[in-house]
Amino acid sequence: MKSDRESLFSARNMKLLTNPLNDENPITVQVLGICSALAITVKLEPSIVMAISVMAVLSIANVVISLLRKMIPPRIRIIVQLVVIASLVILVDQILKAFAYEVSKQLSVFVGLIITNCIIMGRLEAFAMGNRPWPAFLDGVGNAAGYGLILVIVGFFRELLGSGEVFGYPVLEKIGLYRIGYEDNGLMILPPMALIIVGVIIWVQRAKNTKLIEEN
Amino acid sequence: MENLINIFVKSIFIDNMIFAYFLGMCSYLAVSKTVKTSVGLGIAVIFVLGITVPVNYLIENYLLKEGALTWLSPEFADVDLSFLTFIVFIAVIASMVQLVEMVVEKFTPALYNSLGIFLPLIAVNCAILGGSLFMQEREYHNLAEATVFGLGSGVGWFLAIVGIAAIREKIRYSNVPAPLRGLGITFIITGLMGIAFMSFMGIKL
Repeated sequence: MKSDRESLFSARNMKLLTNPLNDENPITVQVLGICSALAITVKLEPSIVMAISVMAVLSIANVVISLLRKMIPPRIRIIVQLVVIASLVILVDQILKAFAYEVSKQLSVFVGLIITNCIIMGRLEAFAMGNRPWPAFLDGVGNAAGYGLILVIVGFFRELLGSGEVFGYPVLEKIGLYRIGYEDNGLMILPPMALIIVGVIIWVQRAKNTKLIEEN
Repeated sequence: MENLINIFVKSIFIDNMIFAYFLGMCSYLAVSKTVKTSVGLGIAVIFVLGITVPVNYLIENYLLKEGALTWLSPEFADVDLSFLTFIVFIAVIASMVQLVEMVVEKFTPALYNSLGIFLPLIAVNCAILGGSLFMQEREYHNLAEATVFGLGSGVGWFLAIVGIAAIREKIRYSNVPAPLRGLGITFIITGLMGIAFMSFMGIKL
């Protein structure tokens, strides 16, 4: 642990924020949080709502657990972590139901599944249990941003290629692609294509960032 | 009876946890390197889903739902505790996993040793909580239906993880482009398997 006088935005702290965007991306490198990431990316809007919800839950849970880290008995830490996460998720769920009912209907059970989203448990275990609240907060924001980044990319391609829209605005129709015989790729709306798009993202990322390549 | 078989087949093939909803992907990707361990994890998931879904069904219908408490006294007819769903379900799942772990350790130490770390990890497998939440959303009519749904979802998950593990064991001998090796190709294979499973979609039982 460094001295207390380390500035809030020191290089080391900024690394916590930017590393998860690429080198330690939660989805493509740490393989965390895939469960909920893929099912809700048919359109851009629910992807963004999901990313924001996860960011709220993850950063607050990281801070809470980091504050409690010396009080939690190691044997029951999983239950303590789950209770903290579950209470935060209930809050997010109720807020979404009150202010964004349509989106909350689209997300259906996946808001509840933020509880078992491995990103949150994973970061709590790996980072918040051993670090101070401020780095833990940055780590939460950074990891949720890395997660959100992948969600937004996948959501953008699936909405554009699958229904020819971006944020519900019919881009391809305005350009006039349909008149020259273009058709939407219906496969993009179906769940398996999300996996293939993530596979391609991993491919592109690792081709650029060769140190991430696995042995087999 | 016919209804139960329908629910069973539907939850295995049409509403497959992995290929239709992506639930339990994290352990699916992490544990599917060899067939042997994935069989162990798959059986544990069937077991836990088969227990937690009916237990949560009872809790949902006799404690949490609006008006569910009327069996205590008619005054509680408009008490609605459904906002507590998540926290109660996850508590049930965490304690059930702990219980299963202790039972397995006591009575079949051999199975316990072969499952190792995977048993406690099931508590945070999204497929388990997902099973309970889908059970709540789809409003099954009685305990038998909920149990069959839980078992069927578990069997579907089992099939998926054993399938991908077998493919990954073979693909080790293929010449996959370097950046795709490991995680990338697994994603793409899972996507292709998902497309294959979609052929079950139109089937009306």
